[in-house]
Amino acid sequence: MDKRDALIRLSGLKAGGDRSPPDLEVRGLSLAYPDNENALREISLAIPAGKITSVIGPSGCGKSTLLRCFNRMNDLIEGAEYTGSILLEGQNILARDTDVTLLRRRIGMVFQRPNPFPKSIYENVAYGPRIGGIRRKRQLDAIVEHSLRSAALWDEVADRLYESALTLSLGQQQRLVIARTIAIEPEILLLDEPASSLDPISTLRIEELIYELKHSYTIIIVTHNMQQAARVSDMTAFMHLGRLVEFDRTDTIFTNPSRRETEDYITGRYG
Amino acid sequence: MEYRGYTQHISRQFNDELEAIKNDLLEMGGMVERQIGMAADGLLLRDSALAEQAIDVDRSVNAMEISIDRQCGNIIARRQPAASDLRLIISIARVTTDLERIGDEASKVAKMAIKRAQESDTSATSRYFAQITEHVTGMLRSALDAFARLDTREAIKVVLSDKTIDADYQVALGDMKDQMRHNPHCIDAALDYTWALRSLERIGDHASNIAEQVIYLTEGIDVRHKSVDELSQLLDSVRASGAHAH
Repeated sequence: MDKRDALIRLSGLKAGGDRSPPDLEVRGLSLAYPDNENALREISLAIPAGKITSVIGPSGCGKSTLLRCFNRMNDLIEGAEYTGSILLEGQNILARDTDVTLLRRRIGMVFQRPNPFPKSIYENVAYGPRIGGIRRKRQLDAIVEHSLRSAALWDEVADRLYESALTLSLGQQQRLVIARTIAIEPEILLLDEPASSLDPISTLRIEELIYELKHSYTIIIVTHNMQQAARVSDMTAFMHLGRLVEFDRTDTIFTNPSRRETEDYITGRYG
Repeated sequence: MEYRGYTQHISRQFNDELEAIKNDLLEMGGMVERQIGMAADGLLLRDSALAEQAIDVDRSVNAMEISIDRQCGNIIARRQPAASDLRLIISIARVTTDLERIGDEASKVAKMAIKRAQESDTSATSRYFAQITEHVTGMLRSALDAFARLDTREAIKVVLSDKTIDADYQVALGDMKDQMRHNPHCIDAALDYTWALRSLERIGDHASNIAEQVIYLTEGIDVRHKSVDELSQLLDSVRASGAHAH
């Protein structure tokens, strides 16, 4: 048994290869806010399991709004009203009786700016599992190491686990946040512009990490950076004015899109 | 989706770069067309000066190939083109290679022309040579016009017409064999004509490749290695959809 397998067993985490990430299907989803009736309009798409799906589009097109629907973050906005459904393994996660806390365990989210807790590196990662009831130090240690390894950060922080997370570089902080998200064993990862505040090298590290993680998770990434979408994703969705304009294999979207709006956006033309 | 042309980018500089590279390609195409004419006339008229000119033009064609390749590399590195812009750059790079090879074939014909002009033996000639030259030059012109006008229908016709050139070439080859059989003294001259005919046939293949790149550019479909039936079906569907020069 290699070290990774031992860590997985000790931590109680499921090995990425041992589980199948779930499908996520959006059906006729619309979202209205009091000041924007058409934040999302009749969106339908099937997000494939174990793949990376990018959502691209101009500012204000609704891509982050769509992402936030997947773990009900829009509930925090007063007066937000959904129609349609989002099916996770056949269950509508927009239903009133959905346990949102449990949903957010299953669907983790990483934001644009890294937001580590003002605690040690170790505590950032151990926080979630501890809240989830894991108390044994040995098990927490294993989870922290496994999560940091999965986030490609272990080698850089192994000898400073008890230092403040705020001493890390921005790129390291973002990988720490990903490790923190992984530690609670989500099945789906939502990444909202995860590299937009990072330098090019840190961006490449995050992209490499995303590629590694896709074997274990269904990943949805919102990005302004079209080249990033082209580099990392298997599928790409193009949104405009709250509508889904086109959803196809990334290769197709970037070489021969079928809709004129998509062509105009990715080639930098006037609409 | 249909090709929209290279204008209207938010970056006017990008428009200018694409326009410049496309113009260079068409200029290279014009050069190669003239080169074929000079080489073929050189052979038919036993005019070695004309043939020398064709060989001189090949140097310019080669220089154009390197210049266009460099521009393609720069655009890829600096602009990261996508969708139709990417297809334009890919197709220009491929067409450039075909044009350069056409230039090489024209040079081969020119070398035959110089050799024939220097020798007094006129025992063999090809009565099909002028006709095939006209066909392949027409094919090349149509392929380049289709590229300039983004005309899918014309491009498909060019690809399909390559079969006619291949058939003409077989007839011409049979004629050369007959001449060699009946007059063994003409073998040297007949072989030169045979090689020149072979070069024309290759030029037809390259013109067909160029037309295939037009289809890739305009329709986003890679038709290389497709059968005549498949191409005919594509032509029908293009006709049905009303696609034409954009």
